Amino acid sequence: MAGAALPGRLNWLIARATEIIEETQRVRSIVLDCPGWPGHLPGHHIDIRLTAEDGYQAQRSYSIARPADDEEVVITVELVDEGEISPFLIEDLRIGDRIEIRGPVGGYFVWEPSRGGPLQLIGGGSGVVPLMAMLRARVRAGSDVPVRYLSSARSHDDLIYRSELESVSSEVEGVEVLHTLTRSKPPDWTGLEGRVDRVMLARQAWPSFTRPLCYVCGPTGFVETVANSLVSLGHQPSRIKTERFGPTN
Amino acid sequence: MSFPTRGFRGRRQLDAPADRIPPGQYVTDDFPVLSAGPTPRVPLEEWRFTMTDPLGSERSWTWADFTALPTETVTVDIHCVTKWSKLDTTWEGVSLDTLLADGTDRAGGHVLFHSYGGYTTNLPLEDVTGGKAWIAFNYDGQPLDPEHGGPARLLVPHLYFWKSAKWVDRATLSDSDRPGFWESYGYHNYGDPWREQRYQGD
Repeated sequence: MAGAALPGRLNWLIARATEIIEETQRVRSIVLDCPGWPGHLPGHHIDIRLTAEDGYQAQRSYSIARPADDEEVVITVELVDEGEISPFLIEDLRIGDRIEIRGPVGGYFVWEPSRGGPLQLIGGGSGVVPLMAMLRARVRAGSDVPVRYLSSARSHDDLIYRSELESVSSEVEGVEVLHTLTRSKPPDWTGLEGRVDRVMLARQAWPSFTRPLCYVCGPTGFVETVANSLVSLGHQPSRIKTERFGPTN
Repeated sequence: MSFPTRGFRGRRQLDAPADRIPPGQYVTDDFPVLSAGPTPRVPLEEWRFTMTDPLGSERSWTWADFTALPTETVTVDIHCVTKWSKLDTTWEGVSLDTLLADGTDRAGGHVLFHSYGGYTTNLPLEDVTGGKAWIAFNYDGQPLDPEHGGPARLLVPHLYFWKSAKWVDRATLSDSDRPGFWESYGYHNYGDPWREQRYQGD
């Protein structure tokens, strides 16, 4: 089987960093140019493999942040202090560096405009990354699927994609963007406050009778609370897709 | 062929026993949760585990029946396809050998496990017999949390952990191999962590 790509096989590909976007103090997006990339759906993720000089390797998974565009793959990475891959990607990676990636991986936690809506996106911390790929796909396609995007962050400075979301919510009809801050807020903050819970979801999420497709991504406790609350508010469990991360590093 | 990544040194886990860490995995001390949807809540009085064989015979256990069966306590390493491994996890459960003991036709060679909430996963029957798999209901001496698959989950520690279906309610023995949930989304049909069978074609 040497060299022959099996049908459907996810081969390791060489990707080159072409752009780095500092999203917050602890989060950056990395634009990769990946010849041979087979394309992906919003919500898919990739595996990254790094190799040290002595051959030691480490792998982790990262959600893709933008819908498919030729051979471009964009990830958004949050620094995990005790982590192994994220400190490298945040602190050491430079434009022009090459890393190995393979994918797309996943396939259940994905959305594209043809799947319809209404669409309810709920993200905690860097859990917003795959949701942003979905929202960007909705905007790029000029789809009329109504979207509510609710993100939870510790502070205003921790909100990922803040300025892009501001433009989308003011310029694109049918997209509502809400943020809740859980630890500190600016004095003039007009958004939501506190953790996402049943009461907040009852007020801010699509009501269950509209039968939205719900995508929830974030740390385990966040996803557990949000998904259980949605079920208790009458949403069909089969229309709630979740993706959880522990302290992934 | 891999090439060194400029500037990457890695953070080797020098205290981790190398012969217990499959390729591409790292050791974690906590117990991450992964599942595709909301956590099903199954009251014990409604819980059933049902097994059907290719000849159509069916056996079913209530929670009381099930927990009255002989149990085994095992300490095993578990390996998640998302790259974490957790060493020396202790579970109590009923061996599949016990559940298959009398009258179940095993000739088909395949089994599909089903869960409350709709999840499925497929395995060769020989991978869940011979002391290799359990329906576990205690973790670390405590009833299994719903987030981790309680009331009861499959435990097949020698394969990637998505095969250890949470919230199991049914096992269908069959002469055909039908892909389960993740197996239908491009994950490997068998999932041996030591051969790094994460995705189709690995």
